[in-house]
Amino acid sequence: MDAPQPPSSMSLPQTSRVDDAASRADPRSNQVIVLDDVVAVLGQFPALAGVTLTVERGEIVLLKGPNGAGKTTLLRLCAGLLRVERGAATVLGFDLATQRHELRSHVGLLGHQNGLYLDMDVRENVQFWGRTVGASDTEIDQAMVRMGVAGRLADVPVRKLSAGQKRRTALACLVARRAQVWLLDEPHAGLDAIGRDELDATLVEASQAGATIIVASHELERAGNLATRIVEVIGGQVHDTRATTAKAPGPSS
Amino acid sequence: MSTWALARLIAAKDLRVERRSKIVTNQVLPFAGITMVSFAFVLDKQNVIDTVAPGLIWLATMFSLLILVQRSFGIETDDGALDAMRVAGVDAGAIFLGKALALAVQLLVLEVMLFVAAIIFYGESIQSGRAVLAFFNEPTDVNGVEVVLTGLTSPGQSPIFATVLLVTTMISATCGLAAVGTLYGGLAAGFKGSETLLPLLTIPAVAPVLIGATKAVESAVGTSGAAVSEGWQWVSLLAVFAVAAGVGGALAFGPLIDD
Amino acid sequence: MTTLDPASTDQSPTTGRGAARRGTGTRATRLVGIGAIVSLAWLIAFGLGFSPADRDQKESVRILYVHVPTIWLAYLAFIVTAVSSAMYLFTKKKSLGWDRAAGASAEIGVTFVAVTLAVGAMWGRLTWGVFWQWDARLTTTALLFVTYVGYLAVRRLGGSHHQRAKRSAVLGMIAVVEIPLVHFSVRMWRSLHQEATVANLDGDTKMDGLMLFSLFVGVIAFTFLYVWLMLHRTRSMALEDLLEERGLDHALMERRAESAENPTTQYSTIQNSTIGRDA
Repeated sequence: MDAPQPPSSMSLPQTSRVDDAASRADPRSNQVIVLDDVVAVLGQFPALAGVTLTVERGEIVLLKGPNGAGKTTLLRLCAGLLRVERGAATVLGFDLATQRHELRSHVGLLGHQNGLYLDMDVRENVQFWGRTVGASDTEIDQAMVRMGVAGRLADVPVRKLSAGQKRRTALACLVARRAQVWLLDEPHAGLDAIGRDELDATLVEASQAGATIIVASHELERAGNLATRIVEVIGGQVHDTRATTAKAPGPSS
Repeated sequence: MSTWALARLIAAKDLRVERRSKIVTNQVLPFAGITMVSFAFVLDKQNVIDTVAPGLIWLATMFSLLILVQRSFGIETDDGALDAMRVAGVDAGAIFLGKALALAVQLLVLEVMLFVAAIIFYGESIQSGRAVLAFFNEPTDVNGVEVVLTGLTSPGQSPIFATVLLVTTMISATCGLAAVGTLYGGLAAGFKGSETLLPLLTIPAVAPVLIGATKAVESAVGTSGAAVSEGWQWVSLLAVFAVAAGVGGALAFGPLIDD
Repeated sequence: MTTLDPASTDQSPTTGRGAARRGTGTRATRLVGIGAIVSLAWLIAFGLGFSPADRDQKESVRILYVHVPTIWLAYLAFIVTAVSSAMYLFTKKKSLGWDRAAGASAEIGVTFVAVTLAVGAMWGRLTWGVFWQWDARLTTTALLFVTYVGYLAVRRLGGSHHQRAKRSAVLGMIAVVEIPLVHFSVRMWRSLHQEATVANLDGDTKMDGLMLFSLFVGVIAFTFLYVWLMLHRTRSMALEDLLEERGLDHALMERRAESAENPTTQYSTIQNSTIGRDA
């Protein structure tokens, strides 16, 4: 397997999107995600049974909870993919009841699948995603370097990559797309120890560059290094939330 | 990014994937070819084949369309890429146009191959075969071009008009097929039983194309004494269908693939 | 939405407002049902009894009194589907009642087309000597049948009610564009090269007055039948949906209880994610 490259210290490509979204939000514009007793259903099953949660810009929130608790559903809701059955929800100033379609281009969701085209190589995948938002080649290259998939890996077909490399490629696509909120569903799955450290370091830097990140994960022992807050989800509701001593939230750039 | 630019990006992506994986060239084209051969097995008599050859081409095209569509959306569902595009808020109309465009290009290549196969396998008479061979023996000979064209038409018909009819037919039929295929392919993508749902939805919907394209080609080739002029009304049908399918598909695709 | 009020399930059945008891029957459906039975009896009387046999077709013309109404009602049913689909898509409220109407109407329409084709084949055998012909009308009807079978298949793809509704509504509207295109192409196909037809289908315009009346009775009878079926089917769909919605409240309670009963201890035994780990 290819040795992971050290994280670049370049910051995320800044766009004006954050400001647009901020001006649309209410005065407490540092709150990127505001959920108030939200109910969401999958088919007929109430996956979220009344979730209340607030996330501020630059935070890294770790969602923990047993399988089936609703972590994935919560992420998909914040991505604007699910109808809000009951309750109120706002992400980046967009009201999820009416504006969840407009929200989508500002948010990046990485689920169990990577959203890649297996027959194209890494560079082509990141280029595709970057170009859908009109990113320049420089931005695209930056994104790849940042996620450690530039260089030798860039011309390898995605099909031939390891799980960890595919993950990093998917994250590079997220960066190239200039997503302001990252919703990651168990991103550490399939990564070895080095890969996980890599990923965590990258996420911390991304949050310092302004991205707000929510990670659903079973990697509880990493919480201290990665997350600024831990939120526990059980039975479709937020059960407990506590800050860690790890880092203070907010952009440092 | 404009819808059209986005569509071009997506079409380029689809074609690039095909260039890398070569599934269409290595699997779908041979499939179409073997379908043509199978027709010959069951239709044994030469005069029967002569009469139905134009229809067989479009039949084989329709079956291949189903496979091409499955492939087109297979690459999207392999790793959740279509979902990712949805999630990212990429304009659904652009996705439709881009994928339909890529599908149309692949279909056109397939149809050209099928036409050549029809000339070779189902040749109206030995004469057509000889005509093609003559063409290849004298590549720079202007007369060689004429010879091929007359091989495609019955004597007494102007080869130029027939060829124009043929090409127009292929293009308009392909656009209609690609639009319908992409629309229903998107609808069925990722669902259990999509492989059987797709044909069920697509085949009745492309019946007008089957009818019109067959009749138009019959006019171009002169089967059963059809005149070239008759073919143009069928082309009008194909054109109307293509426009309706394209516009309708672009409008309907968004709601169909969305939550 | 519908006239059903779930809270009044315990009311006496004599309250005409539409209290649902053990089924989807109400005064309205009883009235319509009676109308259907009466008019069907009327149809049998006239169709089999009073109306004369045709000069050419003899007794087999009587099949037409069923065959023609069923296809007309099928067209009506599919128009209702299209209109309901449009109403679902383009009204702000997006009431699921429209979706149910579209689905029920399509189901009834498909059944009626099937009956049309089957009965028509019988008639064809008797009058033409063949069960089927590839003329414009028959071909279009067959394609119509398959198109709506596809519509019903799409309705069963799953997902939430609104997902199903949206998908089906879009398809319902696509069908409205598809069907005329198909019809027009098939007409062109059959009119440009005159194929020898075994019988002239338009001969029935010269029907005797009494025969026309019997046909009219047939249309009335099947219209009553259609309305009766629609009422029952949309109501049973509404009951199914209500059941699921009630189920939602119930399931919400259960899920919240799960949360209360199982605090932090539950996940301490959770292993790492079972997502495939490729090296």
